[in-house]
Amino acid sequence: LGHGSGGRLSAELIGRVLVPALGAVGPAGPLEDAALVEVDAAALALSTDAYVVDPLFFPGGDIGAIAVHGTVNDLAMRAAMPVALTVAYIVEEGLPLDVLRRVAASVGDAAAAAGVPVVSGDTKVVGRGAADQIFVTTAGLGRRLPGAAPSAARARPGDAILLSGLIGCHGVTVLSCREGLGFEADVVSDTRPLHRLVAAMMAAGGEGVHALRDPTRGGLASSLNEIATASGTGAEIEESALPVPEPVRAACELLGLDPVHVANEGCLVAFVAADRADAVLAAMRARPEGAGAVRIGTATAAGPVVVRTAVGSRRVLDMLLGEQLPRIC
Amino acid sequence: MQGVGFRPFVHRIATELDLDGVVRNVGGDVLIEVGGTETAVARLVGALRARAPAAADVREITVGPAPATPAPGFRVVASAGAGVPAGFAGLPADLATCDDCLRELFDPADRRYRYPFVNCTACGPRATIVDDLPYDRVRTAMAGFTMCPSCAAEYHDPADRRFHAEPVACPRCGPRLTWREGGHTAEGERALTAAACAVAAGRIVALKGLGGYQLVCDATAPAAVARLRERKHRPRKPFAVMVRDAGVDPGVRAVLASPARPIVLLPAAVCPGLAPAVAPGLDRTGLFLPCTPLHHLLLGLLRRPLVVTSGNRADEPIAVDDADAAERLAGIADGFLGHDRPVRARYDDSVLQMIDGAPRLVRRARGYAPRPLDLPVATPRPLLAAGAQLKHTFTLARGGRALVGPHGGDLADADALAAFRATAAQLGRLHRFEAEVIAHDLHPDYLSTAYARQAAPESRRIGVQHHHAHVASCAAENGLDGPFLGVAYDGLGLGDDGRLWGGEVLLATYTGFRRLGRFGTAPLPGGEAAVRRPARMALGCLYGAEFPLPPGPEPALLGRLPAPEVSLVRRMIERGVRSPRASSAGRFLDAAAGLLGLCDDAGYEGEAAILLEVAAHRATGDPVPLPWRITRRDGLWVYDWSGTLDALLLRQACGEGAEALAAAVHRTVVDMTVALCARAAEQTGVTVVCLSGGCLQNRILAGGLTAGLRAAGLTALLNRDVPANDGGISYGQAAIAAARLAEGI
Ligand SMILES: [Fe+3]
Ligand SMILES: [Mg+2]
Ligand SMILES: [Zn+2]
Ligand SMILES: [Zn+2]
Repeated sequence: LGHGSGGRLSAELIGRVLVPALGAVGPAGPLEDAALVEVDAAALALSTDAYVVDPLFFPGGDIGAIAVHGTVNDLAMRAAMPVALTVAYIVEEGLPLDVLRRVAASVGDAAAAAGVPVVSGDTKVVGRGAADQIFVTTAGLGRRLPGAAPSAARARPGDAILLSGLIGCHGVTVLSCREGLGFEADVVSDTRPLHRLVAAMMAAGGEGVHALRDPTRGGLASSLNEIATASGTGAEIEESALPVPEPVRAACELLGLDPVHVANEGCLVAFVAADRADAVLAAMRARPEGAGAVRIGTATAAGPVVVRTAVGSRRVLDMLLGEQLPRIC
Repeated sequence: MQGVGFRPFVHRIATELDLDGVVRNVGGDVLIEVGGTETAVARLVGALRARAPAAADVREITVGPAPATPAPGFRVVASAGAGVPAGFAGLPADLATCDDCLRELFDPADRRYRYPFVNCTACGPRATIVDDLPYDRVRTAMAGFTMCPSCAAEYHDPADRRFHAEPVACPRCGPRLTWREGGHTAEGERALTAAACAVAAGRIVALKGLGGYQLVCDATAPAAVARLRERKHRPRKPFAVMVRDAGVDPGVRAVLASPARPIVLLPAAVCPGLAPAVAPGLDRTGLFLPCTPLHHLLLGLLRRPLVVTSGNRADEPIAVDDADAAERLAGIADGFLGHDRPVRARYDDSVLQMIDGAPRLVRRARGYAPRPLDLPVATPRPLLAAGAQLKHTFTLARGGRALVGPHGGDLADADALAAFRATAAQLGRLHRFEAEVIAHDLHPDYLSTAYARQAAPESRRIGVQHHHAHVASCAAENGLDGPFLGVAYDGLGLGDDGRLWGGEVLLATYTGFRRLGRFGTAPLPGGEAAVRRPARMALGCLYGAEFPLPPGPEPALLGRLPAPEVSLVRRMIERGVRSPRASSAGRFLDAAAGLLGLCDDAGYEGEAAILLEVAAHRATGDPVPLPWRITRRDGLWVYDWSGTLDALLLRQACGEGAEALAAAVHRTVVDMTVALCARAAEQTGVTVVCLSGGCLQNRILAGGLTAGLRAAGLTALLNRDVPANDGGISYGQAAIAAARLAEGI
């Protein structure tokens, strides 16, 4: 079993092994960030994620913060506002108590800032080597905003593709910190909750907000391909419109990475009906977490996800299988 | 093969010999029924081979008794209906203007004087105008042009050389030239003159060629060439040059003037006076002779070498459609010289070079594709081989024949990917071909592999290792059967162990292979970033070699590179961050070019290795080889190159020039490889060596290895009809998949 960095390998693992194993009780249709559930006519959403990151602390955030933001954002991608979170820690024996304290405090701070209570939890201490320092799992319950929820399968040809802010910061920060590459002096993680941004977008765009995704592991390229595949559309992105901070661009060039494949924790990509795009974009820009929102492209009727380069040629933007292996012969 | 004027040729000979009978196409064969004296029949049979038209390829003649005595006279019978041919017969490649047509083109008394679309059964467009088979005018891009009585008479007269020349045309009934530059337009001869004036004035003209649009400018005008480079976003990759003639020896001249009219890589001295930016830093120029009447006319007016390059931006496929070209080339071309005969299929110009006394294709397209090649083992099921990623081709295989599609470029370009799908579908439709099995590379991220995953379930896919495909392509086109040794010297390809390979010695058959030897590995700091920047590859070899270099004087490279980059790359290598390791000959040559200061950043794929070769050619005297060592690791012979680079750096520090050292690197790789092959031959008892992979386009390596291996008593074979680079991968995949299917593996 090779472990993917969010690319096609993990998608295949989910599609071929994990979901089929659930049979009749498994999810039907395309996989979403959060599931919609109906309880006594109340429209709810439910999501869970496990978080592992090395190092635990990095400029702009830590494992506790991303465990809260990640789940809050997964709910938000279905236009659900977080109602309650649960948290579970798997702790490796020998982890300094102070580290655990800092992580737990960060979970508390992040939840408070997001305005969501942490209502239940669990802790397990496992032997040395059975876990790497600490793993955090969160689950979240959300209340859906009225109207049809955005879905990866609802994108339509002609939709405007909007991006809420800078890409590439989180992945570069964490990689640089872990390996001591020195870029962390100029870049910080973008981890932040996005539910208020989504609320503003839904107020402005209503059901015209067709699809939302937060491009975490696998980066923007994976999110665009997931939405295009689930919706049966293609997409064309303008390279020049992609907001990549200069230090991230420089780091990516040296590391041989493409910023569109780098993980984020605080931005989202939206497919919005063309006639609502301007209103939604304005609403995004009115919020601090969407101040840098831009239109990056358009959904097309079919075909691959494509980036129009500065030179004017169109490059296929594929989902990559795990670690990016050179394709040049 | 249809469209080469074979039936009219038979008619002419039979009539000369007073034979009665008929000639017709049956499936992929020509069937001749004759009655007459035994001597006359024997002379006809002899002439079928001896006097066949230049473009015909007579493979087999079977003679037997006729069912009945034929009626008096000799007739040509029209093609039988749309029967399914057994192989891929019927779709001929395009043919350059023949001497007869050329004479008419410049004869003021001829009715086709200066007509840019003159052709006959011996020449003209074929594959680029076909809609469907059998190849008849109604199923070509000429269907919309109604023949005038004069053309119709020639077309229907079996004694005329235009008998069933499907694209036959004249100024009265055929296609017309048009010129558009800004608001100004012109037609016919005026269009031609306007285009020539634009080129003469240093402007860039988009010209509608056989297989798509080309960009043309004055090759002797530095400003025009510089403008073309800037607008096309092609900073350094060499341009091809069209000339009226070239002073070369008769063997090369025959290749240049062959009906395929390829671009031939020739010493720069053959064509003096070119702007240096045509082929920056290189000692060779790609030259070709005009292949259509239009090219002859343009060159005749301008009387100077012309840059002629494919009409596209950067890595896009060549533009074919008029509206598409107008849009895509708007920012590049100042004017458009077009016409109203549509291009039905995209064919770039083909490129070849002379190595070991024979022409060897570097890019196989117009004039060669889609002529089928033989497969060593016939496939029991029709199969499509999806090829690699760069320099992409695909292959359709049915029975013992393989149809290798034209060069398609880099699949990461969305238009190239779309063109691959469209061309594969078009050729499949033409030949009533439906693939039951798809062969593909092992690299999961090649878009050709993604295509295979989409097109067929796992049970109908055959994964083929990249370097196995390279060496099998060489073995297959040389008609080998038993096991062979394979030397795959290449950039990068995925091995069957999930690692990157590229400097491999294999023991292979068509169904399988065993790795016998390899280059020592080095990390690629930043993956593709190290391929684009050979200086980084050099750092990879300095700091991350499988066999570490001993400490020595500080390499000149370190003084040249930004210190932060060096320390970051060292850190990446130490920590194994985004630094996959590869056992690659191509990357080793890149690193040598980087260390010698010949190329820090590659302006195009392979530039570093090419500049290393250019430097080596400039060296005088016999190179003093560098030390090398072959060692055993995990059951493999491994080339430990630490001593090679260590000595290279030492000699560089002592002031030896880059040229002599570049020659020494080549010599060393050749010597080491010959020794490695000798050991492999001794160990396995196999003495045939197939040399393939992108590095075998290097003349010093290809020439040195063939000579060295032969001197060691081994048989050395190179690619010829398919490129040694990744353009040959699909044919190799097809040969392997066919053999596996036939043997049920
Ligand atoms: Fe290759
Ligand atoms: Mg989730
Ligand atoms: Zn002719
Ligand atoms: Zn006519």
